[in-house]
Amino acid sequence: MSVGHALLGLLADGQRHGYDLKQQYELRFPAAKPLAAAQIYATLERLLRDGLVVAGVTERVGGPDRTLFAVTDFGRAELDRWLAEVELPSEYVANLLAMKVTLALLVADQDVAADFLRRQRVAHLARMREYTGVKTDPSTDVLRVVAADYAINHIDADVRWIETTLQRISRLTKEIHP
Amino acid sequence: MTVTTGDREVLTARSLVKSYGNSPALRGVSLSAGRGDVLAITGPSGSGKSTLLLCLAGILRPDAGEIRFAGRRIDTESESVRSALRRREFGVLFQFGQLVPEMTAAENVALPLLLSGVRRREAATAARVWLDRFGVADLADQRPPQMSGGQAQRVAVARALVTEPEVLFADEPTGALDTLAGEQVLGQLTRVARESGTTVLLVTHDAQVAAYADREIVIRDGVVDGVVDSAGTAVGQHRPHS
Ligand SMILES: Nc1ncnc2c1ncn2[C@@H]1O[C@H](COP(=O)(O)OP(=O)(O)OP(=O)(O)O)[C@@H](O)[C@H]1O
Ligand SMILES: [Mg+2]
Repeated sequence: MSVGHALLGLLADGQRHGYDLKQQYELRFPAAKPLAAAQIYATLERLLRDGLVVAGVTERVGGPDRTLFAVTDFGRAELDRWLAEVELPSEYVANLLAMKVTLALLVADQDVAADFLRRQRVAHLARMREYTGVKTDPSTDVLRVVAADYAINHIDADVRWIETTLQRISRLTKEIHP
Repeated sequence: MTVTTGDREVLTARSLVKSYGNSPALRGVSLSAGRGDVLAITGPSGSGKSTLLLCLAGILRPDAGEIRFAGRRIDTESESVRSALRRREFGVLFQFGQLVPEMTAAENVALPLLLSGVRRREAATAARVWLDRFGVADLADQRPPQMSGGQAQRVAVARALVTEPEVLFADEPTGALDTLAGEQVLGQLTRVARESGTTVLLVTHDAQVAAYADREIVIRDGVVDGVVDSAGTAVGQHRPHS
């Protein structure tokens, strides 16, 4: 339930209403997909039900009524527990790129597979260049630099795999078509 | 930066061939770099990247093909003409070991200027400016053995750029640095190069380094395997895989 934990974390420094949480989420996690308002309210409902947050007063500032939410001691303990928990590394077994290479070798040939890998590398590198541009722009804040680093390193892992696989492609072909 | 179309091409190579003994390292490489381009040359280990760079920088002589700098053919020039060219128009940067250990950072950076006849005082002033540009002005009086790898490399970049060369040739310039130190060197290097219209040829096997360039040339087995422009469009030939 990472959205729930994210909201608990964003409530840790004081109570907020749903729309405020949505903005905080976008500010703090610039690389994440923005949350829909409905998703935030559904999550808050669940946190309420589980006793992790409480609903406080309802404010009205010009617009519609907004209920303020606050994290409970129980919610804070759950957040701390979750933050301390090491995440399991992904298994990466169902790699779509690897699957395409195998299938290309099965239904076509080495040239088709290698061509796919080269074009995939081009697409990956273009994305990496974009993130590098973001990172080297002096006006980028550190939060976004850190998010760009994460993206660059993950794309780079794929690029390295693509390069190694290109170097292994003849052996792989021979194994699939002995 | 305003550039007329005619002199945009600074460096071109056509069908370069180079062997070491009987083993071919380059088997017909062509490329061109425009003024202010930051061009990455990538490819697997042993593919011929360093050999290509050494040929382009006029350090190695290709066996066949031609190299032009600012329209003028340079691969057939005499050794003295080529070394003058390297001094005045080119800067080179390797992974490490280019600084003179007995000289201070400021003396190291001033050296290329002194060698091309600039007066001592002027050279010293320029050296300070360039050290400052790469954030290592406070190291001016230190010698390379007292510096970290990242610091020494920033001094080396300052030294490579102090003559304001037309072309900077860099071979794995951040290969010995960790990610953050490498990022500082590359970020500053590409920014300064773009500001001053210096063309940069950046050899690397690291995609994260190549991502600093506007364009990438992939070398495989001594031939160009693909050219990729900044939009991520493959603009070059893909030789059929053998
Ligand atoms: N001085 C030399 N004498 C003999 N052979 C050489 C010499 N320098 C390079 N080679 C050979 O030429 C080929 C290309 O080498 P080069 O150093 O240009 O590759 P590279 O792409 O720079 O590799 P790396 O990524 O490992 O630095 C290799 O097969 C290498 O063994
Ligand atoms: Mg090399």
